[in-house]
Amino acid sequence: MIWDQAFALSIIPKLLQGLRVTVEITLLGFAIAAVLGLAVAIVRRIRVPVVARLFDFYVLFIRGTPLLVQAYTAFFVLPDLGIRFSALTTGIVIMGVNYSAYCAEVYRAGIEDVPPGQWEAATALSLPGTTTWGRVVLPQAVRSVVPVLGNYLVQMFKDSAVLSAITVFELLNAAQSIGSSNFRYLEPLTLAGLLFFLVSFPASYLFRTLERRLAPAR
Amino acid sequence: MPQLADSPDPATRTSAADSASAPDRSKPMITFENVSKSWGDNEVLKTLTFEVMPGEKVSIIGPSGSGKTTILRILMTLESPDSGVVTVNGKTLWDVKPGTKPRETKEMKAARRDVGMVFQQFNLFPHMTALENIMEAPVKVLKMDKEAARARATELLEMVGLSKHMGHRPPKLSGGQQQRVAIARALAMRPKVMLFDEPTSALDPELIGEVLGVIRELAHSTDMTMLMVTHEMRFAEEISDRVTMFDHGRVVERGAPHEIFKNPKEERTRQFLKAVLEH
Repeated sequence: MIWDQAFALSIIPKLLQGLRVTVEITLLGFAIAAVLGLAVAIVRRIRVPVVARLFDFYVLFIRGTPLLVQAYTAFFVLPDLGIRFSALTTGIVIMGVNYSAYCAEVYRAGIEDVPPGQWEAATALSLPGTTTWGRVVLPQAVRSVVPVLGNYLVQMFKDSAVLSAITVFELLNAAQSIGSSNFRYLEPLTLAGLLFFLVSFPASYLFRTLERRLAPAR
Repeated sequence: MPQLADSPDPATRTSAADSASAPDRSKPMITFENVSKSWGDNEVLKTLTFEVMPGEKVSIIGPSGSGKTTILRILMTLESPDSGVVTVNGKTLWDVKPGTKPRETKEMKAARRDVGMVFQQFNLFPHMTALENIMEAPVKVLKMDKEAARARATELLEMVGLSKHMGHRPPKLSGGQQQRVAIARALAMRPKVMLFDEPTSALDPELIGEVLGVIRELAHSTDMTMLMVTHEMRFAEEISDRVTMFDHGRVVERGAPHEIFKNPKEERTRQFLKAVLEH
């Protein structure tokens, strides 16, 4: 098979549409993951009765099952139970929920890294719990995990290709549909891979720089 | 090293200590009643009972691991006793029956407001400037107006000689400077009781003097009750009204500084002082 330059150029707009959806899923999914993960981490740390146990199981369960299975179940099984959302919405929520379990573990490490003396100083100053968390612990905990969260963002960007399996029209799905309707897979899949790389490489680089920047903070 | 010549006349200090035990003086600021605490098999406090009167400056001396720091940590509610009653300024901080789980009460929180603590490791908030470190609690806890809190924090930094560093974050400050900021931070809450937990043990020798200077100034110029765990024997002798020798979870001996340091009654105190003063 020989590279067809004219064909390759002609499919770029359609691939870019797919890329847009991929980026959308990544950003919205990550927002869910970052917030939900933080909530899970805090509840588990405070050991809120019952809820903390539930969240322990939540993290264990989500990390113990494949993303693809979760996406399939949410899209093909839940509608039978009357829970029905568009493929895109389902995809975003599933990505967010899946990554929230990983983010929760990252936050947990960040929180554990805050020295006990910081909590003790907060107690000695009679700071209320919300201030201790919001002004003392989290700023230090989150700062130390930003690079790791950044890597998850990049990984999520690539993982979103899984959602092509539940008909989300993201970058990989766009490439596949171009391929099947033109009987040419070389150009669309190569270009899709290239587009993934063009976004994830600079992003990874950025987070690595950020890691060096944030490291000597303490 | 602090100069002994700076210290007030020993006679006045003795009378201060004596009047502290006089019954007609106002109520004690701190009381410990049968307070016990164990870590596993290690009993760090054995039915400890003592009182500190308002304005008294008390130093606690004794070998490492003898439970000195635990006394301060119980007063700051960083540790709970296994049993016993602790009060601060007439309010119950702890009232623990043996075998029961201690709980955080409203009264405990109110009592805790009267106590401030300076830690061995400073424990400043590293992501905040010196000024922000001091302003945080007055704004968030005392609901002080931000500008008023800033003015007070500036004043306190001036007092500890760090006006020039108010915009610096702790990692940019030396250990001695950090500890002085930490003292200012504790003072900003206007505590009635200040606890000093080996405030100079984490410092390089050349930085100890500046921190002791600030504490000395506080001891001489305020009516705060001060409780200090320290290994700086000369300093303890100089600023304290009373010195308590502590070992194996018990008070071995207590008295005016010149009694404890010059003429200890107990053999254990003599041994300890000999060991630390000889090094």
